Amino acid sequence: MSPIVPKKTYVIIWLVLMLLLLLTWSVARIHLGPWNLPVALTIALIKMLLVILFFMHVRKSGGLTRLFAAAGFIWLIIMIDLTMSDFLTRRMVPNISADVQQLEKAPEPGEEKTHR
Amino acid sequence: MSEPRHIRRRRLPSPGGEGKGEGGRNPVAPLAEQFEDMTQQHESATLGMWTFLATEVLFFGGMFMGYIVYRHAYPRAFAEASRHTIVLFGTINTAILLTSSLTMALGVRAAQLNLRKSLVAWLALTVLLGLAFLGVKGLEYQQDLREHLWPGPHFNPALGPQSQIFWFLYWAMTGLHALHVTVGVVVIGIMTFLARAGRFSNYYHTPIEVTGLYWHFVDIVWIFLYPLLYLVNRA
Repeated sequence: MSPIVPKKTYVIIWLVLMLLLLLTWSVARIHLGPWNLPVALTIALIKMLLVILFFMHVRKSGGLTRLFAAAGFIWLIIMIDLTMSDFLTRRMVPNISADVQQLEKAPEPGEEKTHR
Repeated sequence: MSEPRHIRRRRLPSPGGEGKGEGGRNPVAPLAEQFEDMTQQHESATLGMWTFLATEVLFFGGMFMGYIVYRHAYPRAFAEASRHTIVLFGTINTAILLTSSLTMALGVRAAQLNLRKSLVAWLALTVLLGLAFLGVKGLEYQQDLREHLWPGPHFNPALGPQSQIFWFLYWAMTGLHALHVTVGVVVIGIMTFLARAGRFSNYYHTPIEVTGLYWHFVDIVWIFLYPLLYLVNRA
């Protein structure tokens, strides 16, 4: 069974969440250039962790529950990571599309015979 | 009342004769046959909900992935498009959902402490906050539609065609989220009635806890939707 948490803890966490909401709203109004997004996402991440750890009792849960709670996020990170490692690096090799086009136009002679 | 064969029902020692006096029946706690005891049953249910939530993370994750790819491809269109979201409504709704998470957590606590009246009160308050969220969202949707922000042939001509991708994601993500809030409101509503009927106690309140986990997850999705949809370009 989940442990009984004092009322005060929940109220404090809620207050911190509301302060973080105010913070993220005010910071968004300040021009930080490329830093606006990382700041907003960091605050969102902190809010998420507070909800998961305190409201969802993961802080006092057993290892199995923690593992299951983390699993979805781990696979999400893998999906985002693999996808963006493609999209973010496409322009690092400027001539790749030209190279690919050339390869597609001129297949090696006799390729079909050797491979099939 | 006929009971399913596979469920053993155990009568609880009713604290202070509460069962007969108020509801006319003793609170009963079903322990399904496959479990050793209530703790094991409770842990299995919790683990099941976390498993479901993992699939939900990836369900919403697909949309977040789409958002990341297109925001990376068209950063200026996204910045321009997101200025048309109504940040005040978004902020109010974030506050409402965060507060509803507090009331839900306090409801679970009331169930753990066998405080039936405050359990019903906290659950009812959570339902009201969920409905308030949906109400604000409805007002916001109305205004979005009036500004022709629904992607398609009648899309706001002041915005570029790539902005339609942002607005497609806006409707899909907030729509799916609102659907989850609706499901949550219905389930918590049912729990409120069951709690009023005295179906839960400090001995058996797994459904309340599991519903709480779902509700907090819905809150978490919104915690990320808020900065990504409303706060892209507000400086």
